[in-house]
Amino acid sequence: MSTVALLLLTGLGLGGLYFLIASGLSLIWGLMRVLNFAHGALFTVAAYVAWQLTLPWQTGNAAVAWLAGLVIAIVAGGVCAFLLEVFLIRPLYARPIGQILVTVGVALAAVALIEGIFGSDPKQMIVPAWMSASTHVFGADIPNTRLLIASIALLVLAALLFFLRGTRYGLVVRAGVENRAMVEALGIDVDRAFTLVFVIGGMAAGLAGFLAGTYFGYIDPARGTSMLIFAFIVVVIGGLGSVTGSAIAAVVVAVVQQFLNFYAAPGIGDFSVVILLAAALLVRPRLTEAG
Amino acid sequence: MLEVRDLRVRIGQSQILHGLSFDVPSGGITGLLGRNGVGKSTTLRGILGLVTRSGEIGFAGAAIGTLRTYEIVRRGIAYVPEDRDVFSSLSVEENLQLAERPGNALRYDLVYELFPEMKARGKQRAGTLSGGQQQMLAISRALLNAGNRLLLVDEPTKGLSPLVVRDVVDALKRASEVVTILLVEQNLSVAHKLARDAIVLDQGRVGYVGTVDALMSDPALARHHLGLRPAGSGR
Repeated sequence: MSTVALLLLTGLGLGGLYFLIASGLSLIWGLMRVLNFAHGALFTVAAYVAWQLTLPWQTGNAAVAWLAGLVIAIVAGGVCAFLLEVFLIRPLYARPIGQILVTVGVALAAVALIEGIFGSDPKQMIVPAWMSASTHVFGADIPNTRLLIASIALLVLAALLFFLRGTRYGLVVRAGVENRAMVEALGIDVDRAFTLVFVIGGMAAGLAGFLAGTYFGYIDPARGTSMLIFAFIVVVIGGLGSVTGSAIAAVVVAVVQQFLNFYAAPGIGDFSVVILLAAALLVRPRLTEAG
Repeated sequence: MLEVRDLRVRIGQSQILHGLSFDVPSGGITGLLGRNGVGKSTTLRGILGLVTRSGEIGFAGAAIGTLRTYEIVRRGIAYVPEDRDVFSSLSVEENLQLAERPGNALRYDLVYELFPEMKARGKQRAGTLSGGQQQMLAISRALLNAGNRLLLVDEPTKGLSPLVVRDVVDALKRASEVVTILLVEQNLSVAHKLARDAIVLDQGRVGYVGTVDALMSDPALARHHLGLRPAGSGR
């Protein structure tokens, strides 16, 4: 029982990370039809910016440094996403191949830049003492970081759902996922809504980058790319443009991964994610519809 | 109210519009008529900038030919597309809310007077409405698109039952008391009931400009531009 609880709750933590990176990707893909391969770069750059800027504080109050890092990562992710959308993606809206080439190029360049500046060795994240401890739940000692990340992901899910269902911009986004041209034909500046969605996606990716450092205990230049692969799978399983679908898919993918890595063999869990993707594609062939 | 000069649209390898020039006077309903495939819907899309076009378009004295679609709409031109294009995953209310713009008087009273069903079905998903109800929603949305003075309406009776066609005709008649309408309509009896003036397209060019009455009462003209046969000659 305690092992099941441990795997389930750590799976929820990992699912939270997958959701944070996948939610932005899903919105960007669903609304803008932009396959943003640079989303992992936002994750990585934001984590490094936060790590670098909070370095002087990490020897002092770890809780303050961690909280400051969290805010910095969110802001850095949003700013990078804004610059990416306005200067590189916007001129290429009608050219999907160009978008893919540019975003892949940005992803590669960002990782190379990070490696050039910080080196390829992982950088340790200093976390408050409470996060290094664990909490006894259903007979299992669950690392507090997992519980924290799952809680933050839930808050982000609630905030995104409020944005989508409770605000005018959210209404524009939901309509834009269905028919972009008609939204513009109602006198709405779709570009502005696109930029906002891109920035929100970047903020979520930045948050995920920082929390991944908290989850694993370190940050490294390649983490964004590996997380992006899982995020793409989550987005496809959850339905393009569907935040709730991404949340459910993220938890399913992470929990299955955790259980199989433990009960079958290490690595089988990662492989099983691809099987899940194939099964989802077979069951729901029209995955381009927002769920 | 609307002045179109040398409007040209090319889609892929096909030149759809070959330099249209026409005026839409203020008030009432002007019919944009012609056989299938002559470019009527493309003309409306060209005016709105929904397709790449060249030429000059003036609206209420200002040049709008280089503006983006949303800017043109904000100048006061609303659009009812041929396929209705309601947002099927949104409720009726949400579809209407999207058309609202702050700072302009809203016409909910007119919309609900014309289509009481829109009020009754406010919470219903637009995708679950019948074709006729979706058309009513599309017209309501355009009417509500606050500040508009010109409605571009594309084939509003296409695929509708005769009873619903009657409602739509009545609604457009009533709406034309407050806005000017440029109407694309394949159903000539509907066009005849509604429109005072007609612009007839022929192979991507303007073939006739005049009153609908004059067009319909001249069998040679009607046959030439619209493919109508004189009564009794049909097979």
